[in-house]
Amino acid sequence: MAIVELKNVAKNYGSQLKGASSSNAVDDFNLVTRDGEFVVLVGPSGCGKSTTMRMIAGLERNTEGEILIGGRDVSQVPPKERDIAMVFQSYALYPHMSVAENMAFSLRLKKRPAEEIKQKIDEAAQTLGIQHLLERKPRELSGGQRQRVALGRAIVRDPQVFLMDEPLSNLDAKLRVDMRAEIVKLHKRLKVTTFYVTHDQVEAMTMGERIVVMKDGKIQQIDTPINLYEFPANRFVAGFIGNPSMNFLPARHVDGVVSGDGYRLSLDAAHRATMASRGGADVWAGIRPEHLRLSDAAATNRIEGTVDVVETLGAVTMVQLSVGEHAVSAQLPGHRKVQLGDTLTLTCDSDKLHLFDSESELAIARESTAAPSAAEA
Amino acid sequence: MNSNRFANGALGVLAWGVALLIFFPILWLLLTSFKTEQQAFTVVPNFFFSPTLESFKMALAQGSGYWHYAWNSALTAVASTVIGLALAVPAAYAMAFYPNKRTDFLLVWMVSTKFIPAVGVLIPIYLVYSAVGLLDNALGLTLLFTAMNLPIIVWMVYSYFRDIPKDIVEAADIDGASIMQTLFKVVLPLALPGLASTGLLALILAWNESFWSITMTDHSAATLAVYIASFKSAEGLFWAKMSAASVLAIAPIIVLGWFTQRQMVRGLTFGAVK
Repeated sequence: MAIVELKNVAKNYGSQLKGASSSNAVDDFNLVTRDGEFVVLVGPSGCGKSTTMRMIAGLERNTEGEILIGGRDVSQVPPKERDIAMVFQSYALYPHMSVAENMAFSLRLKKRPAEEIKQKIDEAAQTLGIQHLLERKPRELSGGQRQRVALGRAIVRDPQVFLMDEPLSNLDAKLRVDMRAEIVKLHKRLKVTTFYVTHDQVEAMTMGERIVVMKDGKIQQIDTPINLYEFPANRFVAGFIGNPSMNFLPARHVDGVVSGDGYRLSLDAAHRATMASRGGADVWAGIRPEHLRLSDAAATNRIEGTVDVVETLGAVTMVQLSVGEHAVSAQLPGHRKVQLGDTLTLTCDSDKLHLFDSESELAIARESTAAPSAAEA
Repeated sequence: MNSNRFANGALGVLAWGVALLIFFPILWLLLTSFKTEQQAFTVVPNFFFSPTLESFKMALAQGSGYWHYAWNSALTAVASTVIGLALAVPAAYAMAFYPNKRTDFLLVWMVSTKFIPAVGVLIPIYLVYSAVGLLDNALGLTLLFTAMNLPIIVWMVYSYFRDIPKDIVEAADIDGASIMQTLFKVVLPLALPGLASTGLLALILAWNESFWSITMTDHSAATLAVYIASFKSAEGLFWAKMSAASVLAIAPIIVLGWFTQRQMVRGLTFGAVK
């Protein structure tokens, strides 16, 4: 258990590898974890999340900044001396060793007494429900079982930090949901500081105590799942977090109302206050599909469009509309009958509306109701 | 259907023809080795004769020194293979798991040294060997075989190492293994089939080598290649004895190849079909 600190960490592959670009793969990464925190790094592929984790592991050296584990600068320390354990996407089990030998490997290298090794393996196997597999070789195991062995190999070491690099992405959908819950339970029990890399925002939202959203090597936002959902810092985070993703409409702001071809949305008092100083400005209006509902043409906030796609999921019906030349998706109650080609009027509450600067794409916050910071939450 | 069957039949005949063509010299060698010198010399060769072991007796006779040559062949082949593997494993390990932008060039450059005809470097090597006293010396010949086979050994070991996922090596690194522990406890056990076939190939190449053996040795370090050549003496050619000697020279390696053919084929195609 330890606090992990990353200060101005950057990675530049520079001339190290053929074809590497000169820009930073990870840039100015700053983060301080709490002791025992579960931090998820999430972002699209190539955003630098795996590189960041590999730098914490020591498999890559950070070219700038400092990485501290439990207060010790480990930037120049090889992986084996960092007291970390890592679970790989491919599991990376030793194919020629049995499950028990896989788990014992690190302890044997440390020359721990055989009694202690056996006890630790039995404990871990019991926790993970793999007691009956100890004598098997990895090739005789299913994907889910291999995943458990990989976790077991990590936990027998009692490391200060767990690193998990997309550990569930090779599992089928149902198993993934089960293992997700199990990893969270395991973390609750062991209380070891954990970094978890994923490209799946659902995994991030359901598992992370705090989530680091990354794009192009840069941190976009660090916050709790609910704050990321309610107070996204910019248009990228707003679109990335939440499923289905947020609708964005280019709009012109005039006197507390943002509008465009086919839509007109009035702002709440807090948004009016911030927008007052901006006057007539171009913005992005962001509305989550789940915040849209059917309405009549008289509503103050309204979006009108024709239905292009209807997806009946049972509990809900997903509808995609053409609004002017933009596409808007809405999540409607399941019992609602909608036909292709229908013209619908949708509305949403003003306090659910998000605004983003059209140039910088940064969120335009509501005055006086700034997001509570993660430290206070 | 019928034309297909005909094509298959024709291909079968062709394949057998080619196989016989390739095998024929060895068959001829074998037949000749069981003939008397007179029979071996007849202009119209006869396939039916009463076989004699006379030539083998001569070839294995005390004075012929077969065992001396065979010992040299075995010694230089085994030693050069062991040294070659010992040098190639670290090199291949570095290139496979810690490549940099010069790795590809280095690999190609190494193999390109095999493009040079051996005769091209004969004079400098002969002069150097002569100066340092390595002519007709088992150590000298072993070093030559090692150098000759090293590019191929490195290339093959490299390709077997590349088949091991890098994650596994990184997992060992994080688990606390030193480079030596990673090599001996993780990488080598996984690459063992590949290492075995690489070793066999190196062994065979060194055993069969004749150019350097004949030019760089005289008697004390001479291998079976020299022994075979010695039957072409001033008194004339002794076809039957030379054949018997050749059979004795190639027999060990054919027996070895026969018993390890499955391993060889698996090893040689392992990297290619993945």
